[in-house]
Amino acid sequence: MIAIVDYGAGNIFSVKNALDYLGLSAELTSKAEDIRNADKIILPGVGAFPWAMNKLSESGLVDVIKEEAVKKPFLGICLGMQLIFSKGYEFEETEGLGLIDGSVRLMTPDDLSIPHIGWNKLVKNRECALLNGLGDDEYVYFVHSYAADCPDDALAAYCEYGRKVTALVNKGTVYGAQFHPEKSGKTGLKILRNFAEL
Amino acid sequence: MLAKRIIPCLDVREGKVVKGINFVGIKEVGDPVECAAEYDAQGADEIVFLDITASHEGRGTMLDVVRRTAQKVFVPLTVGGGIRTIDDFRDTLRAGADKVSVNSAAVKNPQLIREAADIFGCQCVVVAIDAKKCPDGHYTVVINGGRIDMGIDAVEWAKQAEALGAGEILLTSMDTDGVKGGFDLDMLNAVCSAVKIPVIASGGCGALEHFTDVFEKTGASAALAASLFHYKELTVGEVKAELKKHDIPVRMA
Repeated sequence: MIAIVDYGAGNIFSVKNALDYLGLSAELTSKAEDIRNADKIILPGVGAFPWAMNKLSESGLVDVIKEEAVKKPFLGICLGMQLIFSKGYEFEETEGLGLIDGSVRLMTPDDLSIPHIGWNKLVKNRECALLNGLGDDEYVYFVHSYAADCPDDALAAYCEYGRKVTALVNKGTVYGAQFHPEKSGKTGLKILRNFAEL
Repeated sequence: MLAKRIIPCLDVREGKVVKGINFVGIKEVGDPVECAAEYDAQGADEIVFLDITASHEGRGTMLDVVRRTAQKVFVPLTVGGGIRTIDDFRDTLRAGADKVSVNSAAVKNPQLIREAADIFGCQCVVVAIDAKKCPDGHYTVVINGGRIDMGIDAVEWAKQAEALGAGEILLTSMDTDGVKGGFDLDMLNAVCSAVKIPVIASGGCGALEHFTDVFEKTGASAALAASLFHYKELTVGEVKAELKKHDIPVRMA
């Protein structure tokens, strides 16, 4: 069973819809116990970094996520990926989950609009199990204004938007996608299936 | 680099896809969920549902269509038509839409754009503008299917919508809509050069080269079409294969 962490962030149903469509057993939960008992964890999220960390800490979920994410497959999606990093700078400096070293800052591309919205091409930086079975012309759907500075050894894939933008990260059992696999057509569904098969 | 998007649009009334037949009547032609799934399979980058239900009671039916579509279509879904209030935005997004498009209500109450962007994020606020050319060369905003001229400059309105927090502009030319002679490239250029947010071209495509033209000759980020795809004159896949031949970045299904 995959636990989808429900901490009040928007749009979590689309992740559940995608997993249901793939026939994968998943449950929305805000209980620490469910997260401990699950085989895998997904941390979705749309919203602001400080607000999300505050919600997770109010729900008493910060410690359990930090402990469990290094024991079994964990996938952060969009804001959920950003929270994996040590620090966020959205409005104010905020402590993240610290599962991967790095910080999350406002994107400042010249002459390109922010948020970065749309289908962008994934460029592989190193091997990652979530990209199994995918070719080198795969597009995924992004919606974000902040991006993570990720150490190269944890950067699985990036996209080009004014500069290299962190798209997919991995360190041990911890995975994160800046894009929305649940909105990225067949490519996204394949990535979710790969995660379920870890 | 972002791919140029191809967006099929479906007119939905009382939960059914409908099409005007030679301007005399409206015929029900299918289940919107099935049509959306078919477009997804063809490689559509986004699906737009335009709710043309007249009655207030019909809105619940539309939300049910959105809910069922979100269970089997995994590309962004935009819903427009009859959106007037923040509650309409909330209900539509909760049902599973990723973006909400607003037209007349925003013209009458521009602050709706700001409120919706503040609450739900600008990425989900699409401002649809229907416009036509005036004798003096300017473009004017029209509502109610082109029947009412609001006396507002379309380029200025697009700039204002961006400043209020719109995430995208969906620009339909009432001069080219339904004519199938190609998109209104001049109107698109006028709006694209005035705003930084993505502009979706709508109205007038009737052939493959119209898609190539709109991306080679304007700054449009996406092209929307309804009947062309609906009557299977072209598939999304055929359009994208043609664009790829011209080195225009597209996502192949």
